[in-house]
Amino acid sequence: MDVSLIIQQCENLLHDLSLSYVKEWKDKNNAQAIGYMPVYIPRELACAGGMLPVGIIGGGDEVEVIRGDAYFQSYICRIPRSTIELGLLGNLDCLDGFLFPAICDVIRNLSGMWKITFPQKYVKYIDFPQNFSNVGREYYKKELLLLKTDFENIAHKKITSKDLSQAICLYNENIKWIQKLYDFRSEKPHLVLTYELYLLMRASLILDVREHTQLIKDYLHSVENEKRPLRDYVRVIVTGAFCEQPPLALIRALESSGCYIVDDDWVLGSKYYTQNIPLLSDPIDSLVSAYCDFAVSTASRFEESKNKGHYLIEQIKKYKAEGVIFAAPSFCDPALLERPMLQDILTKNKIPHTAFKYAENTGQIQVIKEEIGTFADSIKLWGET
Amino acid sequence: MQNQSAATLKEDSMVLQKKMLADHYHKLSQAKECGKKVVYTFVPGNLNELIWAFDMLPVHPEINALQAGMRKKSGNYVLEAEKQGHSEDVCTYVKCDIGMLKQGNIGPTGEKLPPPDLLLLSYTGCFTFLKWFELLQQEYHCPIAMLHVPYQGDGKITPSMVEYVVGQLKENVIPLMEKVSGKAMDLDKLQTYLDSSKRAEENLVYIWDTAKHRPSPIDAYFGGVYYIGPIFTAFRGLNECERYYELLKQEINERITAKSGPITPDGEFNDQRFRIVVEGPPNWTSFREFWKMFYDEKAVVVASTYTKVGGLYELGFRHDAKRPFESMAEYCLGCYTNRNLPNRIEILERYMSDFEADGFLINSIKSCNSFSAGQLLMLRELEKRTGKAGGFIESDLVDPRYFSAANIKNRLESYFQMLEARRK
Amino acid sequence: MDCFVGIDLGSTTTKAIFLDKDARILGKGITNSRSNYSVACQVAKEEAEISSRFFLLSETLKGAFTQQQIVEELMEWLSAKFLLAQYKKQLSALKRECLFVLDSWSKHVEEKEKFNHALEKIFFKLEAESTELFQPKQKAKSDFFRDIASSLFLRQAELISKEQTLSFDRMVGIFDKAILRVENQSFAKYFIEYLDFAGNEVSKLPKFKKYEKEILSAIKNAALLNFNIIHTVGTGYGRLTLPFPKEQIRSEILCHGLGAHYLFPKTRTVLDIGGQDTKAIQIDFQGVVTRFQMNDRCAAGCGRYLGYIADEMNMGVHQLGPLAQLSTKPVKINSTCTVFAGAELRERLSLGEKREDILAGLHRAIILRAMSLLARSGGVFSEFTFTGGVARNEAATGALAKLINENYGNITMNISSESIYMGALGAALFAKKDNG
Repeated sequence: MDVSLIIQQCENLLHDLSLSYVKEWKDKNNAQAIGYMPVYIPRELACAGGMLPVGIIGGGDEVEVIRGDAYFQSYICRIPRSTIELGLLGNLDCLDGFLFPAICDVIRNLSGMWKITFPQKYVKYIDFPQNFSNVGREYYKKELLLLKTDFENIAHKKITSKDLSQAICLYNENIKWIQKLYDFRSEKPHLVLTYELYLLMRASLILDVREHTQLIKDYLHSVENEKRPLRDYVRVIVTGAFCEQPPLALIRALESSGCYIVDDDWVLGSKYYTQNIPLLSDPIDSLVSAYCDFAVSTASRFEESKNKGHYLIEQIKKYKAEGVIFAAPSFCDPALLERPMLQDILTKNKIPHTAFKYAENTGQIQVIKEEIGTFADSIKLWGET
Repeated sequence: MQNQSAATLKEDSMVLQKKMLADHYHKLSQAKECGKKVVYTFVPGNLNELIWAFDMLPVHPEINALQAGMRKKSGNYVLEAEKQGHSEDVCTYVKCDIGMLKQGNIGPTGEKLPPPDLLLLSYTGCFTFLKWFELLQQEYHCPIAMLHVPYQGDGKITPSMVEYVVGQLKENVIPLMEKVSGKAMDLDKLQTYLDSSKRAEENLVYIWDTAKHRPSPIDAYFGGVYYIGPIFTAFRGLNECERYYELLKQEINERITAKSGPITPDGEFNDQRFRIVVEGPPNWTSFREFWKMFYDEKAVVVASTYTKVGGLYELGFRHDAKRPFESMAEYCLGCYTNRNLPNRIEILERYMSDFEADGFLINSIKSCNSFSAGQLLMLRELEKRTGKAGGFIESDLVDPRYFSAANIKNRLESYFQMLEARRK
Repeated sequence: MDCFVGIDLGSTTTKAIFLDKDARILGKGITNSRSNYSVACQVAKEEAEISSRFFLLSETLKGAFTQQQIVEELMEWLSAKFLLAQYKKQLSALKRECLFVLDSWSKHVEEKEKFNHALEKIFFKLEAESTELFQPKQKAKSDFFRDIASSLFLRQAELISKEQTLSFDRMVGIFDKAILRVENQSFAKYFIEYLDFAGNEVSKLPKFKKYEKEILSAIKNAALLNFNIIHTVGTGYGRLTLPFPKEQIRSEILCHGLGAHYLFPKTRTVLDIGGQDTKAIQIDFQGVVTRFQMNDRCAAGCGRYLGYIADEMNMGVHQLGPLAQLSTKPVKINSTCTVFAGAELRERLSLGEKREDILAGLHRAIILRAMSLLARSGGVFSEFTFTGGVARNEAATGALAKLINENYGNITMNISSESIYMGALGAALFAKKDNG
């Protein structure tokens, strides 16, 4: 398939705020769909129940918030208000349940708001362990078993170990291809445009995992033949944007301001594991281990200071990044509190960095573009001396 | 004459609390010399009895921040932290604490605070706590004990949650405390403290309940933040804490007999026109000015949720020496901000009816998403359920830039005038 | 005559309303809120008193003449001449103050002479122009002496300073000082003088000559009328600075609710978008406020925001609405933040978007903020009354009507040209309620 066709398909999914793909999928498979907020849920479990996990990541810059502002004060980020707007508009009616992962107090409280506003829906707050020792793992295992029972009730079917193991394999395949995508991107950043990569990742929030894996394969197959010029851009990593996403126009602007973004934490839930999910005798244990042992470092996970920044530094080395852009949504407590710690470590390691804030509907792209352009130029100049 | 003696007694509990605080901060300033180990920990879900059982001294960064706020020092600290790269968007308790640290870590009494030997991160009801101690660990490089207290997402405490917290206490927290303190866990000592806590808790419940009287002998928000002082901070489990609540109870009983109201900075407040329930923390930088806006309008607060962040006791929970770890776990799990939104609405609804309140007011705090996210929905739900009008104002904990006196006064006056007009 | 007074001390203007014992509006007055609140309050009250006299004067004339057209014409003439007399009085005060300022500023006798001469010339011109300014059927450029005088003075000053090579800035400086002093004086107290002047001037006119007796007698009545203020209630942003006891002060929320109820008795929801804040108010069938919400700390979406935009576009605020209405394809504006609005605006312009489309988007953005405030307060119920300065902007009312319809269905929407007096009206009604 042609690259532009693939990207067009992804872009359609991004704009499909009424989730028609989900409705069609449900009809075709005679099955259910489970929504979730960022960052991460064990999608494998939903998949094992024959359900479609659907990542809801706000309304972007397309939803005009009319009702949502009546729910949130001006000093709270934008994602919960556009999400509740979508809910009130009925756009999320096709979801048979909605999961709210423990990531911050706003999303946490949104779970309670959802319970009140949509009392007929299955709503679950998942408090992932912040203590990754044995006690934490045991607790998480119990939580997963409860979640499994809930899913079984929604799906009207038992989820067997075999179901779960198969689902894990499907996701491992997906992990492998996403990794290939990022590796290829790092190798030939001029071929994989940032916004294309982003759109491919966004598609993972909604597409059936099999379809998504196939999409990446198709893309990688086609993009190799694209004739795209190699530019004198700097290689950077973007971090801080794991929840509320920047508008597509901003993502395009970052690249055109002179940066090849070789790693990022956009749509982080779809690349939450640093390696394949281990295949253990009890597949529930596999999920526990994947979450506790093989996850990325991100602001919503507790991390002792001796480990702080290691992950980022490793990614910088792995992808040969020359600088880091901290891109955080306004009023995002986790990202903005994490930022100074990471900045400090980068400064000590003499890695250039810059920062800006955005909202999912940011209209002032130009200012950010200029700032990032200056940053890219300074790296180029700085690198030569 | 009776008024005279009541006034003297009232002062007694205040005087005692002041002394307890001063002594504690003095002990802290001497900690290193005296070979005492220092534990930084947060008010919600604090394990005070355990800390004292290890003979360590607790420091509560939020308390330092609010004290700095009341002493008009927080503005400068917040700016200092912002200068160091902290965003203007985030919690000002954190920034106040970081700023204070950067400027020499001088505590509220003017004495230097010791650095922590242990960061006891009881992660209860507030995500920011987690980042806050990560930030502090980067400064102090001391060990951190993580106690993850799961949130009551479904509005209940499950056995697995209790097991998880107890498990962490036994397998992570206590071993680390033993290591840092160099002392073995002394269960007898812990149980003695827990017993004492229980007695103080009984008295606190009694005290909150007295607001059912007319006039209310207490202000359960502005006065309430003083009443929670000892039990929410370094003293729960200690004899002096018990003594404080005995004394306070006695004073309040005398006020009930004398049919008098609470003492405000402007004297006794007897002419109570409105009985109000308040949700949300107060503003500390203009605390007195804020309080005055209430009693000037003859509004007394009969119940508040903020005074339940460090422990919610009226539903029956007590620390229990017979179930030391389980009850500590249940304590943490039951703190107000660890409860889900439907549950918080129920609590407020109950306050409205139990205390025969005329209305309720939400003070929405910019810093505190744990409290604030969802408060506008709470407002509408409560109005729907109680038929009473709610008021809504915005301020911040310790950022003086975020307290607009004229705006708040305007809203409060409008609100109370509306209650008056609706009464007619 | 017994009456009740309401005063609304707003951040930009101060309004006063007189009611009679039957809660009939007698008169209203408005002035700009200056640094001295008590003067502003006094001036507004005097204006309202004069307007009451005119109202009663027209009632008397209506009794005296069967032809209403004559009354209307007479009233227009009388009021024009009245304003002229007042203007002349103010003008001579301004001249006096200018000379005073000059005297205290300048040390050089020669220089002072030059400026003195110039000022004399300017005021001679202004005096000569004044009759033309106040003609029947002619709407004054502004309600405020400051606005009228400053534009005329500066025009003359510019001419003269060029002609005589005097510093124009110096002239402006003198004017600025002097006008402040003038503004702090009361001119309404000479109303008998103005009335007499008006009566004499008008009855001299050929077409009214035959009514001289009736006119002069009605004027005399109006001049001698004594207002017995039974009770006054104050409201508005600066209400706490009013020299009233606490019981005589009401919040503007309650006053707007009651005022809206008075003008549109079926009102259930009121939206007021003023300069500094936005209020969404729900009232019951008696006009008692049951719920309300005000904009949060952030002033986004208030009238002030339009002020910033106007500055940014180098336009007058009143020009924004009409331009926005020319839009065919409104741009989606995301930031109602006053801080970011300018940046977003410039970015849009640089992207080649049309000014009217951007403006239409900005108006919609403001109204969206108001919509969320309405939702916070419980929704919109029929009838819905829209008040405040922004209610005079048709692009805003258009956007509001559309959104209300989309979100709440068919709702009757009231907009009153008197909406700026809503707070003062409510306050006057409270004054009557408290003592009636």
